[in-house]
Amino acid sequence: MPPTTIDTADALVEGITRGDRRSLARALTLVEADSATGRAVLAALYPRTGRAQTVGVTGSAGAGKSTLVGAIAREQRRRGRSVGIIAVDPSSPFSHGAILGDRIRMQDLTSDGGVFMRSMASRGNLGGLSESAGGAVDVLDAAGFDVVMVETVGAGQDEVEVANAAGTTVLVTNPGAGDEIQSMKAGLMEVAQVMVVNKADLAGADTAVAQLRALLAIAEHAAWEPPILKAIARTGEGVPELVDAIDRHQQHLRESAHAVEERRLLAERQVIALARAALHREALAAAAANDALAPLVAEVALRGRDPRSAAEALVLAIRRAWAVEGERS
Amino acid sequence: MTATERPIRVLIAKPGLDGHDRGAKVVARALRDAGMEVVYTGIRQTPQMIAEAALQEDVQVVGLSILSGAHLELFPRVLEELRARGVDDVLLFAGGIIPEVDIPAVREMGFAGVFGPGTNTADIIGFVQQHAPRRA
Repeated sequence: MPPTTIDTADALVEGITRGDRRSLARALTLVEADSATGRAVLAALYPRTGRAQTVGVTGSAGAGKSTLVGAIAREQRRRGRSVGIIAVDPSSPFSHGAILGDRIRMQDLTSDGGVFMRSMASRGNLGGLSESAGGAVDVLDAAGFDVVMVETVGAGQDEVEVANAAGTTVLVTNPGAGDEIQSMKAGLMEVAQVMVVNKADLAGADTAVAQLRALLAIAEHAAWEPPILKAIARTGEGVPELVDAIDRHQQHLRESAHAVEERRLLAERQVIALARAALHREALAAAAANDALAPLVAEVALRGRDPRSAAEALVLAIRRAWAVEGERS
Repeated sequence: MTATERPIRVLIAKPGLDGHDRGAKVVARALRDAGMEVVYTGIRQTPQMIAEAALQEDVQVVGLSILSGAHLELFPRVLEELRARGVDDVLLFAGGIIPEVDIPAVREMGFAGVFGPGTNTADIIGFVQQHAPRRA
């Protein structure tokens, strides 16, 4: 059988509906690549999304996110729920390659038919991460997984955006990360609905909890007060309580007076993020096609022109290119 | 992103019980530095785990590293598990300690490349770039 037979959108959607894991895997590849087939698959599947509990897990490198995601998945399996996982690792900015090692922390889950895990490289392309990882979450949701988790390193707008697109965002931090927590004030704190001090067997866990609590006290909160938990992902300690907290937040999403408004806000964030990424790509393509960028950059580099006016000129050139395109079509 | 720019995805896996993965890691890094996305699953993988990871990750290439001498037993079982899952369009290569006399048998199984100790990583990169099946 030639390998391309499952690669049409219809066949993939049919396969995913049937529970065929190979169709699911291939669909994820095409969605990640943002190919025409991938888009068609997403469009067909989207009406079936919204059933899964979607959870974003983010935090700094080394915080224990993969281990925690594995522990959460095991607890979810104990509760009889199937689990889909998207684990994002950074691409090398030099070679664009990546080592995707998250499976190492979840080896036992590989032989569990109720778990499907996919590693994804951030590919560092123009907000493309939120498109591809968000799309992958939608595919797993539509495929019928009860829980869909997406794990990202909490550094950079893209990564935060991905976690933020999930219904519940879990922020993972560690004891002794005081300065780091301080620096989060303006960033991750606002997007997290559940906070976990992982590696809580290390000294300083209670201090870390107190610091988070103090930061939360000065932050403004709507109807949901983010709980702050302690966990030891390696042993699973504190993980049932973490899953309980995620469940409570998901219930809050469904039932609170703000549920409709929160869903609307989430949808707004998603549409804007996707549109911004698409505009970004198209604008740079238009600038490149017109050779508008290089001369401006050269002028600025020689300090013959200031970057702001160069940016304005670039925007003008892009608008002109788009206008010409509009006339042609 | 167009199809041609998409990085080649590779699974590097260690079947069996030997606990040394220096070679596997060197190869994984070399392939990453050549622009590929390399899924590494760690040591002591069963054939089922390797095949399931290849399926879930939808890799184009699977590289197996083995030092224990069990290649003639384990490789066919990995292939069996891959086939059972319908994963029939991946490029296979092998590395580690595979005696000269066993290489024809390993090739016969479907491993297009067999790379022993002392292989230049550039040779492995070239092999993968040249033979990896393209995904539509």
